[in-house]
Amino acid sequence: MSSTSTTDVVGSAPSGDPVGRSLTTPRPRYGERVVLGLLWLCAGVSVVTTIGIILVVFVEAFALFGIPGVSVVEFFTDTAWRPFTGPESEQFRLGVLPLLNSTLLITAIALGIAVPLGLATAIYLSEFARPRVRRTVKPFLELLAGVPTVVLGYFALTFMTPVLRSVFGADVVPIFNAASAGIVVGILIVPTIASISEDAMSAVPRALREGAYGLGAARQQVALKIVFPAALSGIVAAIILGFGRAVGETLIVSLAAGNLPPPDVPTADPFQQVQTMTAYIVQAVGGESSRGSVTYQSIFAVGALLFVLTFLVNRIALRIVRRFREEY
Amino acid sequence: MNRRTLKSAALPMALALCLALASCGGDEDPASNGNGEPGAGEETLSGAIEIDGSSTVGPLTDAINEEYSAIQPDVTVTLGISGTGGGFERFCETGDTDISNASRPIEDDEAALCEENGIEYTEIRVGTDALTMVVNPATDYVTCLTTEELITLWGPDGAASTWDEVNPDFPSDPVEIFAPGTDSGTYDFFNETILEPSEIESPRQDYNASEDDNVISQGIQGTPGAWGFFGFAYFQESAEGALTAVEYDAGEGCVGPSVESAQDGSYGLTRPLFIYVKNEALSRPEVADYATFYVENVGAVIESVGYIAATEDEISEASTALEEAIGG
Amino acid sequence: MAVSTPARPREQGTRGFRAPVGDTVREKFTQVVLLLGTLVAIAVLAILLIDIALDGVGGLSLDFLTNYTSRFPERTGIREGITGTLSLMVLVALMTFPLGVGAALYLEEFAPRNRWTRLLETNINNLAGVPSIVYGLLGLSVFVFFLGFGRSLITGALTLTALVLPVVIVASREALRAVPREIRDGGLALGATPLQVAARQTLPAAIPSIMTGMILSLSRAIGETAPILVAGAAFSRRADNEPWNLTEGYTAIPIQIFDFVKRPQQEFQVEVASAAIIVLMVLLLIMNSAAIVIRNRYSRNR
Repeated sequence: MSSTSTTDVVGSAPSGDPVGRSLTTPRPRYGERVVLGLLWLCAGVSVVTTIGIILVVFVEAFALFGIPGVSVVEFFTDTAWRPFTGPESEQFRLGVLPLLNSTLLITAIALGIAVPLGLATAIYLSEFARPRVRRTVKPFLELLAGVPTVVLGYFALTFMTPVLRSVFGADVVPIFNAASAGIVVGILIVPTIASISEDAMSAVPRALREGAYGLGAARQQVALKIVFPAALSGIVAAIILGFGRAVGETLIVSLAAGNLPPPDVPTADPFQQVQTMTAYIVQAVGGESSRGSVTYQSIFAVGALLFVLTFLVNRIALRIVRRFREEY
Repeated sequence: MNRRTLKSAALPMALALCLALASCGGDEDPASNGNGEPGAGEETLSGAIEIDGSSTVGPLTDAINEEYSAIQPDVTVTLGISGTGGGFERFCETGDTDISNASRPIEDDEAALCEENGIEYTEIRVGTDALTMVVNPATDYVTCLTTEELITLWGPDGAASTWDEVNPDFPSDPVEIFAPGTDSGTYDFFNETILEPSEIESPRQDYNASEDDNVISQGIQGTPGAWGFFGFAYFQESAEGALTAVEYDAGEGCVGPSVESAQDGSYGLTRPLFIYVKNEALSRPEVADYATFYVENVGAVIESVGYIAATEDEISEASTALEEAIGG
Repeated sequence: MAVSTPARPREQGTRGFRAPVGDTVREKFTQVVLLLGTLVAIAVLAILLIDIALDGVGGLSLDFLTNYTSRFPERTGIREGITGTLSLMVLVALMTFPLGVGAALYLEEFAPRNRWTRLLETNINNLAGVPSIVYGLLGLSVFVFFLGFGRSLITGALTLTALVLPVVIVASREALRAVPREIRDGGLALGATPLQVAARQTLPAAIPSIMTGMILSLSRAIGETAPILVAGAAFSRRADNEPWNLTEGYTAIPIQIFDFVKRPQQEFQVEVASAAIIVLMVLLLIMNSAAIVIRNRYSRNR
């Protein structure tokens, strides 16, 4: 007989916790200990991975600042990024702001495209479309999320850029520009935002909708004023996921946005060449830098910054999601 | 139980698929177009050869691999393109490659590293690349550039922004430069040839950089007033009239890139292509056979890759060096 | 990648729910606007896919799947890419499944509710959002250099496992969380230990959703270029006898696509690359369909 007490079973757990948590018996059977130990180990591996990433990236990043000629203050405040010539050269500048600016500019353009389109799709599929339409379109969207980014990169360069050049003029829009890459990154993350938002909206119980319809509301009122706010936490989560994906996007930007950090920082001009943090990492890794050199270490410094950026955004997102989460 | 069967079936199925694909490949049609000859001896060899290095020489080695695997299918050849420097790092420091591709001769510090780790090697010249400068066809006044003009255009202090700064006879159209990134061997080579003799370490940093020569080609094609450089193959493969090659005057008159001018040395921007073979690896029959095959067949294969064949003298020199290394 | 929707009790679900159709102007207007938004998104992606399909379908043939890469576009195949991608898929699945499900099970059912657990949970959630290229850096620094595995297949597999693991854990936890309380309570009330309940009731009930999450994560891992590019995927590999070897180099379909678009010849950039993309997309399609079939079939059974 197990030695759980009834109070443990009925005991109040914060919502979302399965009851199992408060039921860990003080003395599990011996064989069970082994299994539990194994499970604990599995969780431990994820700890190791977390620590591993943080350790590695930050250790190698800090190694950058150990190299003479490189200063931490400059890294964060200087507005030019010219890492390849080595600290002895006059032209050497190691300020990460241009890269950061580029990443944020592209992400802003991408979200500007993806959030309206994604949410429109999600609301339509969740509230207006017939179930059969929904069943067909959703998997299609999920499939499209799997298009290799190298394909989209070439799409941006060979299709989007000429379109932009003919619309805005070839003298306004250079061959490599942030707008093409940003728009295509936006298209890339539309399925993510749409799919997860749609999931969140479907999770809103029918009772809420039925109540509203019973009171005589029209479909768009229900959709926009009842379901949308109720699913807000999931929608915000979706947008944050999209943000993360846009920030981390590598191939599209390195093919279409160019490899030249913008000269005047801060900037919001979409029609200029930019180099995002991820594009720089790819450029530097594929090149001829040897370990220990400024270039090699700077790869990790930029990677560390990328990690911190997504980490912070995730924390903020979690806080927002918690505040808006509705419990049913 | 369904879920168990599904779970246990999925992985073996994937594994089976893997093996099936592997086994149904023994009879691929001989890729050779009749020029490849079997290497020394007709016995079937087996083993593994690991090659890494320059991404310029990579396609050439891959072409040789294609022919070689038709006659010696049991030899596994793996080819990486970490760059000339990265290749030497693997070759000399960790010693895990048998052959290193290089688009420049080994540098002193790399040779010292090899010596430190007891790695002896044989340098084999396998071909030549003619680095081609190109301009947009609308920039038709640029037909030939001297070294001084190039320094004005490409060097840090000149950094011409309009063409008349390069040569007063040219109109004052704005200059746009598309060139390989600062971290590539091509870039290094160009600078060493053009800038180093005048003691200039590195060029201007404000140009459109890309690791992908197709992107450079696209950029120049779409921008009047654009100039750039890349390997001969990319110029040859571009459409008629899309790009104009620029002749180079190293002091003895303008010479354009071509097979003849590269081989007789009149064109100043020729880049040697090498493979470096680890002598210790040559004691394995498959490596010796492969290397011999390489030298014997590279001349037949190289033009289809887009480079220029080494001269007969260079090839026979290489043969002799190789034979000695194998014998000794 | 979408988070799989756990099944809801029928009264709360929206499947089959037909809203009353009003026809006020505003309603219609909103509907049209939203529909347009949906269509734009789908249309752009559909155009892209059709373009690729048209360019590439001519290059598809059995030879394309069984030939190695060649300098001649008409003879090129993606054999080493296919074996590489499949090998990676199998290895990653083998490593991720026990680790991911084990960790999820532990966190969801057994972990004490204290600061360390919460820290762990936050970290795993954060890891799921880290850009994939950072995992490539991890692979380069740890697996290639520090552990000395070099640029080998096992390095690639480990890098992709690290990439996919947090997502699998999150998805598995969602799946476990969706198992109704009654199942656990019933088991416990009958005298089973928590481990027995977890192993024999909760986990089997959650397996379909877990499988779905895993397959979707795997399909994302397969399409990734950046992490394995950074962690040292090779350019080509001709190996009839031994298509995959844990300690030697490897390549993958996305890497080959990347290579094809960088070649000077037009045919490689357009036809060959498109054909390779079609193969990759078909593979993804098969995997996603399998995930959906599992999701649908097993949700209905319950």
